[in-house]
Amino acid sequence: MLEAIGLGAQEELVSYLPEDVLFRGKLSIENGKSEYEIVDYFRERGQACGSGYASFLGAGVYRHYRPVLVDTVVARGEFLTSYTPYQAEIAQGTLTSIFEFQTMICQLTGMDVANASMYDGSSAVPEAAMMAVRITSRDHILVAKTVHPEYRQVLATYTRFQGMPVETIAYTATGQLDLADLEAKLDETVAAVIVQTPNFFGVIEQIKEIAELTHRKGALLVASFTEAVALGLIEPPRDADIVVGELQSFAITPSYGGPHAGIIATKDQYVRQIPGRLVGETKDKDGKRAYCLTLATREQHIRREKATSNICTNQALIALMATVFMTVYGKAGLRELAEQNLAKAHYLASGLPRVFDGPFFNEFVARARGKDVAAINAELLEQGVIGGLDLGRFYPELENSMLLCATETARREDMDRVVAAFGGTQGKLGS
Amino acid sequence: MIKKVSPHPNQNELLLFEISSPGKRGYQLPPLDVPAVEAKQALGAANVRAEIEGFPEVSEVEAIRHFTRLSTWNYAIDLGLYPLGSCTMKYNPRINEAVARIEGLAWAHPYQPERLAQGAMEIMAALEHALAEITGMAAVTLQPAAGAHGELTGILMIRALLESRGNPRKKILVPDSAHGTNPATATIAGYTVQNVKSNERGMVDLDALPGLVTEDVAGLMVTNPNTVGVFEQDIRKICGLLHEKGAMVYMDGANMNALVGVSRPGDFGVDVMHLNLHKTFSTPHGGGGPGTGAVAVTRELKPFLPSPRLAKRDGEWTWNYDLPQSIGRVKAFYGNFGVLVRALAYIMAHGGNGLRQATLDALLNSNYIRALLEPYYELAYKAPSMHECVFSDSRQAKLGVRTGDIAKRLIDYGFHPYTVSFPLIVHGALMIEPTETESKRELDLFVDAMISIAKEAEEEPETVTSAPHTTRIKRVDEVLAARRPVLRWKPGQTNS
Repeated sequence: MLEAIGLGAQEELVSYLPEDVLFRGKLSIENGKSEYEIVDYFRERGQACGSGYASFLGAGVYRHYRPVLVDTVVARGEFLTSYTPYQAEIAQGTLTSIFEFQTMICQLTGMDVANASMYDGSSAVPEAAMMAVRITSRDHILVAKTVHPEYRQVLATYTRFQGMPVETIAYTATGQLDLADLEAKLDETVAAVIVQTPNFFGVIEQIKEIAELTHRKGALLVASFTEAVALGLIEPPRDADIVVGELQSFAITPSYGGPHAGIIATKDQYVRQIPGRLVGETKDKDGKRAYCLTLATREQHIRREKATSNICTNQALIALMATVFMTVYGKAGLRELAEQNLAKAHYLASGLPRVFDGPFFNEFVARARGKDVAAINAELLEQGVIGGLDLGRFYPELENSMLLCATETARREDMDRVVAAFGGTQGKLGS
Repeated sequence: MIKKVSPHPNQNELLLFEISSPGKRGYQLPPLDVPAVEAKQALGAANVRAEIEGFPEVSEVEAIRHFTRLSTWNYAIDLGLYPLGSCTMKYNPRINEAVARIEGLAWAHPYQPERLAQGAMEIMAALEHALAEITGMAAVTLQPAAGAHGELTGILMIRALLESRGNPRKKILVPDSAHGTNPATATIAGYTVQNVKSNERGMVDLDALPGLVTEDVAGLMVTNPNTVGVFEQDIRKICGLLHEKGAMVYMDGANMNALVGVSRPGDFGVDVMHLNLHKTFSTPHGGGGPGTGAVAVTRELKPFLPSPRLAKRDGEWTWNYDLPQSIGRVKAFYGNFGVLVRALAYIMAHGGNGLRQATLDALLNSNYIRALLEPYYELAYKAPSMHECVFSDSRQAKLGVRTGDIAKRLIDYGFHPYTVSFPLIVHGALMIEPTETESKRELDLFVDAMISIAKEAEEEPETVTSAPHTTRIKRVDEVLAARRPVLRWKPGQTNS
């Protein structure tokens, strides 16, 4: 090969680089390791991560069963090792599955159009905000305090440098957005109102009422979700203008926080403002049905600085996991799964003092009385159970409360352990 | 002659919604061990949906056949060379997949107690350290989810640093050869974009640059090697020019596969850069993601890195949120951890020496293709190529055959096309990046195919312009897709 190029040694391939940019040292990275050693290294690190514990953590990342078919499909090299489907003739597998994904996301959310996926739920929130700013030509954002705190932090990063003022909307004793506070803060400068349902406290928001107030002032409603399984049972936010969310619950392992997959969906009239990739149906020159990436004139590789977003890579393989998950469970299964989540969480909640009395799905906030949240969690850990999220971390006013989640994987005996650790309190706080 | 492939029947398949029939199911849930709850009672009737209209109902065997059939309609690295320039489609080692699925790692919850996350944190720390060493930078964040996300993180950090000095400035300079994400990112970070013309060698025009670097310029986004596969020979001078005026240099690391172990951006004056772990560090593209856009910075920019940061306290890893100058979060939690595990496994398998050898092999493969194709295709720039080479279709265009046609004809020969019509500064570009993981046999087959197509362009151009001929679908009507968007399945709604 060197001969064909006209070189004597491989080092000559870099000999023309300026002397002052060549790295003369040796990378201080250990010599290459065998497969066996690598597996060993990661297995040890995995063991240092507490496998085998029962867990009642939710807060945006949920422990659901993963049907075996999911990994069977995504392990196929044709899906795993293919690139973004720009060459439609040899990418119909990916394109068709994305078209099915877009369809199922519309069916789930009650929206008209969905894109091929976003990085995750958190980064989809500022993308929706920027989309609303483009549509309304306004620049203020209102965000409910019941939206995932880390999602709000991501929103703050994006908006801070773009001069988009963001204001927070309070919550009430039900754990829902305070409609009076929303009404007081809404005016003609507001581009978007951002809520989450079920919200960070697990409570279902009053989407109809919120939408009515929002639309009255000409703003757009962005509805977000972190627990996609809820959509198997609860009424989707049809009155929203943009729906964003996180699909981690659909057979995507928690993986210490990623990779997960976000979605963005909207009404037909806003399709040209949607960020990211879209797959559309068309035909080939023989008239046969085919799929291809479309409406690329919104995107950075065509529009450059005038694009709707800088997004390029998305989460195709992770979105495929979710697609297989939705296919395996299907219409009846997703509902049954959601009903099991509802039943488990309500069983757990029935033994604990709840802070909010709004309707909840598979998460709720419990207040520790006469005992420290940290002490309860430490006691549970001794028994092989990871307890709930200490809410004082994000909400100082909810100090000594924890957010608990029970999915279909929660076992009754572990839930009884949680109740016992709280001190076996029965009934609801304040009722 | 077509040597690499033979025709073979592949299965037809309808959409999930078309093979659905009411009552079919492919799942089984265990019986509840707690009392069932009436949803309407618990949530209120208005909060409960009737059903998910149109959602699929198929059996398990129908599901597996559906996705298996679809998969056979894809080309993939596992089938052969995937020479997309700028995309670094190298082999994805399966050991990476295995270790990412180790239970304690795959099922780690981001909020589980830190003492039960030490293994995951140690992996991230090890990767940060390796990437800092490779780039010659002071610190690395693994939070951004993809290359463009890393770009945004980097530009926001430049903005935050300049703001802390009293003036964020107004403009970002972007060479006309840059990836489209660069100007899009600068805009989202609140800057206006000023394009910088390339010179006749495909490099940043050093004569024009000084006039452009004013007090208004926050920074320059440069890709090195640039998108024509050429190392910016004057990169040190370029960085010096920007620094002199108090501006910063952002490097798009999409082409880092040409530099690992050979040259370090931190040593030649770059202030901040991203790495696409799904390119240089072998994590699979998966049909378009997930990726990771790790960002490396100098000591000066370190205080502005996204929150939280890994820290060691009393011998244990912990997340530090006390970062007053941080730009904040760009993503929930800590990054695409599953991708990070794969990238570290790749680095461990290679070691320092192996990483450098991989770079030299990538350069060898690209220059081999360049040398063998140069008699048949017009080389865009004579400057030495690194990990990719760029031709133009100017000779074939005279015969009515364009880069897009040659690309489609390559499909008949059993290859994925190269990158078509990019970079924009080369008219009718053919951008070829073979990566180091291809054998000489595979490269020779590719070269044969390209030469054969060049001959077809002369002798039977219509064979090329009407390609592909052997795929299950022929050229698709992209205009129709955009003019009459059908973006979801609905009964009776179709474009075909």
